[in-house]
Amino acid sequence: MESLKAEGVKDVFGIPGGANLPTYDALYDADFRHVQVRHEQGGGHAAEGYAKASGRVGVAFATSGPGATNLVTAIADAMMDSTPTVFITGQVRTELIGTDGFQEADILGATMPFVKHSFAVTDPRQIPEYVHEAFHVASTGRPGPVLLDIPQDLSRADIDYLPRTEPVELPGYKPSTEGNIKQIRIAAKALASARRPIFYTGGGVVNANASEELRELAGSDRFPVTSTLMGLGAFPASSDRFLGMLGMHGTVAANWAMDRADLIVAIGARFDDRITGKLDEFAPHAKVIHIDIDPAEISKNVGAHIPIVGDVKQVLPKLTREYRALQTDSGRLEEWWSTLEGWKDAHPLYYEAGKDGEIKPQFMIEALHRASQGDAIVTSDVGQHQMWTAQYYGFDKPRRWINSGGLGTMGFGLPSAIGAKVACPSEEVVCVAGDGSLIMNVQELATCVTEQVPVKVFLMNNGYMGMVRQWQELFWDRRYSSVDMGSSPDWVKLAEAFGAKGMRCESSADLEEQMVAALEHDGPVLMDVRVAREENCYPMIPPGNAARDMVEAPRGAVSG
Amino acid sequence: MEAGTPQVVKLEDLHVAGQLSGRKHILSILVENKPGVLARVAGLFSRRGFNIDTLAVGPTDDPSVSRITLTLDGAVHPIDQVTKQLHKLVNVLKIRDMEPEETVAREMALFKVSSAVENRAEIIQFAEIFRAKIVDVARRTMTIEVTGSADKIEAFERMVRPHGLVEMVRTGEIAIGRGHD
Ligand SMILES: Cc1cc2nc3c(=O)[nH]c(=O)nc-3n(C[C@H](O)[C@H](O)[C@H](O)COP(=O)(O)OP(=O)(O)OC[C@H]3O[C@@H](n4cnc5c(N)ncnc54)[C@H](O)[C@@H]3O)c2cc1C
Ligand SMILES: Cc1ncc(C[n+]2csc(CCOP(=O)(O)OP(=O)(O)O)c2C)c(N)n1
Ligand SMILES: [Mg+2]
Repeated sequence: MESLKAEGVKDVFGIPGGANLPTYDALYDADFRHVQVRHEQGGGHAAEGYAKASGRVGVAFATSGPGATNLVTAIADAMMDSTPTVFITGQVRTELIGTDGFQEADILGATMPFVKHSFAVTDPRQIPEYVHEAFHVASTGRPGPVLLDIPQDLSRADIDYLPRTEPVELPGYKPSTEGNIKQIRIAAKALASARRPIFYTGGGVVNANASEELRELAGSDRFPVTSTLMGLGAFPASSDRFLGMLGMHGTVAANWAMDRADLIVAIGARFDDRITGKLDEFAPHAKVIHIDIDPAEISKNVGAHIPIVGDVKQVLPKLTREYRALQTDSGRLEEWWSTLEGWKDAHPLYYEAGKDGEIKPQFMIEALHRASQGDAIVTSDVGQHQMWTAQYYGFDKPRRWINSGGLGTMGFGLPSAIGAKVACPSEEVVCVAGDGSLIMNVQELATCVTEQVPVKVFLMNNGYMGMVRQWQELFWDRRYSSVDMGSSPDWVKLAEAFGAKGMRCESSADLEEQMVAALEHDGPVLMDVRVAREENCYPMIPPGNAARDMVEAPRGAVSG
Repeated sequence: MEAGTPQVVKLEDLHVAGQLSGRKHILSILVENKPGVLARVAGLFSRRGFNIDTLAVGPTDDPSVSRITLTLDGAVHPIDQVTKQLHKLVNVLKIRDMEPEETVAREMALFKVSSAVENRAEIIQFAEIFRAKIVDVARRTMTIEVTGSADKIEAFERMVRPHGLVEMVRTGEIAIGRGHD
């Protein structure tokens, strides 16, 4: 406990059990907040939401065996999305390890493929040191989850706590952060000769808290910017430099810009296959500057012509300085901008307006933007609603958009909203949920009520696992196999059963008004928003295709 | 202006460094001698789809450090990506991609061959040519210890195989940089 306090921990999420009873006994007197979640997966995602919203390390506790295995999805999720988190699991007593003892599970072995690092405590005196190292590894370099597994007898041992103040010394762990200045100079000169440059920014900019530095660089000339799903908000969506999100459900302008670019500047982004589509047809004309703190990301999927290993927070100001020192001709970008503007005008995000009060999912997100003044912290589950939120909410600030991108974990939205609200109690925190996803961690509504975490859940209820239904419609001959959610549950009653406020909205006419009322309510709210059932999410790069083959929303004969 | 930075960078002059070397690589990896380290290294290889050809683990002159020597095919795997992924393991201290000309690499193998009376002499002769040692002789088999480069061991295998190879055990290569004095 002392060790955790020394790391500045103020809040943790978890569930007790036999193997971590000693820890929970110590918690009883500890002066930090423990949020008692209802499922360890929820605790894990809450820790992620906490970290994403605040930039501080998120912490979750679980007992041995089933408690620990329930954390596995959250740990894998934190690994994929580089979320700074520390997971502390109880383990059976030392003498029982390896005997298939009661509630024994080899959680260290099970999670080895998707932790940044893990520690098995074998001597109680290691605990302060390992805790200190765990926080250091989780939060520095490319962040990620660190697991600490502590056998019950060892967490029980009384040890003298010697505060660790000296910096962590791990001989095998030294992230490079500065960026090679020669490479940065070459990058600046390449930028100066580019005629069709584009900045492709990602979650690394958010993690580095480098929005300001990104704006400076983009502002040092008329550079266009696009962002991955994970980077949204790092560059303001309302800026006229911003082309929108890129990738499978990105905008036409952003994807065509990548396709036509002569220079891509990848900034804290990892060339995921949702971006590149068909790899050998990706960005055929472009040279690549790749700035990433993880050397292994560079040239992993797409070869980098100018690799720069470093923290974007440190590299971007240097690049800006070097670029500004050059004689450049911004006139060279005129033609590129007229092309980009042409694409933006001809291919905006588009949906056919709902008729007779029908709520279109896109309209729902626009209404939420207005109701929350575009300034809420928004979490989401996984599916169509996630993509529509990314497209239509318009994030202007970093750490306002929290979702599961890499692993795509349904059920992420509600618990991560709890974590975000605990981290930032004075911010409005809303969750845009999917009906297929919400039910997977709906038990956390109880946490909202009993722990008084007033998050607002806006359920985009299309009665389907919509994203899968869309794929079945488009690529599997409309054979809707196991995607209909039926009529259960009654969400309003369910919310009320948990002690939260339940609301329902079925008409676009009063949606925004009802949303405002939900936001003004001072406890947790679940609003069941009945949306058009078979709306598809566009634009879309069909799987296995290249960016230039984007498919847009079909325009009906009588378009509104 | 700093040396090495050109005045102007033309995009058409930029290239991506080559990825596949096309040859065998020996990686000499120093790791912390802690429980689970080998599992982390092995797990990383299987997870990323890297194929290890040989693997040898042993202590070093520092008891807190072990050495993993492994060989893999640089025609199939981008070695750079392999070493970068390995470096991400916190317990990995140092990785050397051994330069073939600068390296002495050795492997040991034990061959159990069937030795009928009529080919016994020939097998003993092979052993002598390869400076191998006969370490066990039984009524129907003979066991021979060969030390040398992987090529030498494979050559020996080709020689004895026609005589009836009962079993072969190989250690995998270990390697050390040549001395510079
Ligand atoms: C249903 C669904 C649909 C999706 N569709 C899309 C889509 O259309 N478009 C899209 O973009 N994504 C989409 N995704 C998300 C996609 O799967 C990836 O998660 C996402 O593209 C990765 O974002 P990123 O490249 O920003 O990397 P992240 O996973 O955010 O990784 C961050 C990168 O930055 C680096 N980094 C971290 N910190 C620093 C630092 N301080 N300095 C420098 N570098 C740093 C890391 O090493 C890493 O390489 C979708 C996901 C789902 C579930
Ligand atoms: C845990 C988990 N199981 C399955 C999937 C596959 N999957 C991706 S999206 C999706 C449907 C999501 O449905 P819903 O939450 O209702 O969102 P919608 O697409 O309808 O907005 C499914 C099943 C997943 N991503 N995660
Ligand atoms: Mg749905």
